[in-house]
Amino acid sequence: MHPVTTVHYLALSAALLLIGTVGVLTRRNVVIILMSIELILNAVNINLIAFAYALKQVNGQVFAIFVITDAVAEAAVGLGILIALFRNKETVLADEIDLLKW
Amino acid sequence: MTITRRNAVHGAIALIVSLMGVAGLYLMQNAEFLFAVQIVLYVGGIMVLFLFVIMLVNLDQAARERQFNRQWLVALAAVAAVGAQLAYFIYRGKDAFHIAEGAAGQVASALGNTEQVADSLFSEYLLPFELASVLLLVAVVGSVVMAKKRI
Repeated sequence: MHPVTTVHYLALSAALLLIGTVGVLTRRNVVIILMSIELILNAVNINLIAFAYALKQVNGQVFAIFVITDAVAEAAVGLGILIALFRNKETVLADEIDLLKW
Repeated sequence: MTITRRNAVHGAIALIVSLMGVAGLYLMQNAEFLFAVQIVLYVGGIMVLFLFVIMLVNLDQAARERQFNRQWLVALAAVAAVGAQLAYFIYRGKDAFHIAEGAAGQVASALGNTEQVADSLFSEYLLPFELASVLLLVAVVGSVVMAKKRI
């Protein structure tokens, strides 16, 4: 029976980061891109908590709270932008929003 | 599962499941306060917001179309390269973490986890805490302004 060590948490966090990055880079739906960003922020939080636990400090948990706060703000602003965009362009697909391209 | 489903509601439900798994990991690592915050804020707050927006911007049209953009092959190659680097560094560096393993555990204190977090948050990190509250205020006002039809 192997104990769960910091390395396992780091590997899980790296896996979540990669899954989130794939989601951000390949999906066309903006809602799913925002959900992938939430996944990436959770990977960061796992790292912070794992090191806070390993180093017997509480600072990592405080920083995780700040990361969660930023995630909330980002989700609120992102979804507000998405609603405004949908009202103007009638689409949620990222590659049809090409106003700045020529 | 979050990133592969055609229906965005299914993706959101898969994301809820993985967020609750992360909350369980917090509980395993003596971070009870963050466990509660994760459940209440993420699963209760953000995901309800996501589901609300999914219902609001009727996604039936988008669900029938192509799901992945044209650069998906390049994106997958880049992510595979980054993943190989991460795996290599974690493999090479895993011996470095053994120093900390012996000391792992709860912070030696008579206080509970929530009290410790509160002590650190309101003394050492007071200025970032206030800045975070201002950031949340800006986010709320900004999203209301953007989502409103006319001001």
